[in-house]
Amino acid sequence: MKAASTKTLLDPLFESNPIALQVLGICSALAVTSKMETALVMCAAVISVLALSNLSISILRNLIPSNVRIIVQLTIIASLVIVTDQVLKAYIYEISKQLSVFVGLIITNCIIMGRAEAYAMQNGPLDSLLDGIGNGLGYSVVLMATAFLRELLAQGTVFGAVVLPKVHSGGWYNPNGLLGVSAGAFFIIGLFIWALRSWKADQVEAEG
Amino acid sequence: MRHDAPYTLAFCGAVCVVCAVLVSSAAVSLKEDQLRNAELDKQRNVLFAAGLAEPGEALDAEEVQRRFESVRQRVVDLATGEPTDVDPVGFDQAKTAKDPETSREAPPNRASVRRLPNHALVYEVFEEGEPVMTVLPIEGYGLWSTLYGFLAVRRDGNTIGGITYYQHGETPGLGGEVDNPNWKALWPGRKIYDDSGSPTIRVIKGQAGSASQAPHQVDGLTGATITSNGVTNMLALWLGDSGFRAYLEEFREGQGP
Repeated sequence: MKAASTKTLLDPLFESNPIALQVLGICSALAVTSKMETALVMCAAVISVLALSNLSISILRNLIPSNVRIIVQLTIIASLVIVTDQVLKAYIYEISKQLSVFVGLIITNCIIMGRAEAYAMQNGPLDSLLDGIGNGLGYSVVLMATAFLRELLAQGTVFGAVVLPKVHSGGWYNPNGLLGVSAGAFFIIGLFIWALRSWKADQVEAEG
Repeated sequence: MRHDAPYTLAFCGAVCVVCAVLVSSAAVSLKEDQLRNAELDKQRNVLFAAGLAEPGEALDAEEVQRRFESVRQRVVDLATGEPTDVDPVGFDQAKTAKDPETSREAPPNRASVRRLPNHALVYEVFEEGEPVMTVLPIEGYGLWSTLYGFLAVRRDGNTIGGITYYQHGETPGLGGEVDNPNWKALWPGRKIYDDSGSPTIRVIKGQAGSASQAPHQVDGLTGATITSNGVTNMLALWLGDSGFRAYLEEFREGQGP
C-alpha cells in the first residue's frame, strides 16, 4: 500500500482521532460502553456504515447538486444505518436488543456526516473508503478502551468473563457504580483526551 | 457544482428510489429471521423462568423447541381465570393491552401500567402429563424503563418457581442487576400470598434471609431501591385481583390436560 493511503487509513487512530481531536461522536461513546460486547458490535456497525457511506458519497460526489448535498448525504447514511440495524436484528438479536436505539442513532453520529462532508465530497472512492475505515477504527479505539475500563471497574468483568470477583457474589472487589452509568464515561474519555494531548502536544487547541 | 432544477429533482428522485429499494428489500428479506429471533428470545426466557434451562445456558432454536414440548401455551381470561379458546399462536399481548376493545383501564397502581389486557398468554409446564408450573408475563416501571419479564409459579398457585426479565433499560450494575443469576436464584421457594390471600411478596432493602426465614421477602438490589420497588409494584399488580389471581386459583384447583 502506498504511504499516502496508509496515512489516510491510520492517521485517524491517534493523529486525528475523531473523538479525541475532533470531539465528535461523544454521545454514543457514552451510551454503549458499559459492556465490551455491545461496544464491539457498535464499532463494527459504525465502521461499516462509515466506510460504505464515504465510498458511495465519493462515487457520487461529482453528480450531487451542491445545494442539496447535505440531504442527499443524510439519505444515503440513513439508508445504510437502517440496513445495518436490520441485519443486526436478524443475526445477533441478543446484542442488538441491548444496543436498542443506539444503532439507529448512528444516523446522527457527527463523525459520519463530518467525514462525508469534509472528505468524501473532495476525494476519490478508494481514499474515501480508507478514510471511512480509518475514522471508524479511531472511534473504535476510544470506544473499546472506554468499555474495557468501564466493564472492568463497574462489573469486574472483561467481555463478560469475571476478572475481579465482586463482593456480593462472594469475591473481594467492590464495584464502582459511577462507571456503570453513562456519565462515568465522561471521566474516561476526558482522561484519554488528556493523555493523548500530553503525548502529542500539537493537538492542544490554541487558547483564545 | 451547480446544476439546474430539473437535474436536481431527478437526482434526488433517483437517490430516493435506490435507497428505498435497498431499505425495503433488507427489511423484507430479513423479517422472517427477526420475528423468529424475537419469538425464540421470549421462549428462551420462559424456560429460564421455569428453571427448564440453566442461567446463561446457550440454547439454539432446536433445543428451545425440544424443551418447549412439555409446555402448553394458553390464553386465559384475567377476570375469571378461565382458559379461553383464543389461539395462543400469534397472540400478541402487548397489542391486546392497547386495544380498547380487548383491554380495560388498570386500577391505580404503582407499577405505572395504564391498561390491562382482558386476556393474557401463560405457559403451563407439564411433567408426566400433570401441570407442575405456570409461567406468567409481568411488566412494570422501574427507574428508567418498563421492565418486561416472566414469573414462574408452582402448582400450589403460591410458591414462586423463578423470575426473569427479558427486556429493560435499567442502569447496568445497579438496577440492571435484575439480570444477575445470584439475585434471581433468591426467588424460587418464596411465597406470593399471605394468609389473608393478598399478594405480599416484596423486594426489601437489605438482606431478607432464606426462603424459609422470610417467605414473602427477597433481598433488595444494592444501589437500586427504585428498581427494587418497581419489581415489588409490578408483582402486586400482576398477582393481585386485576392480574393473575383468579387464574392462579384456577390453576391450583387443577385443570387436567
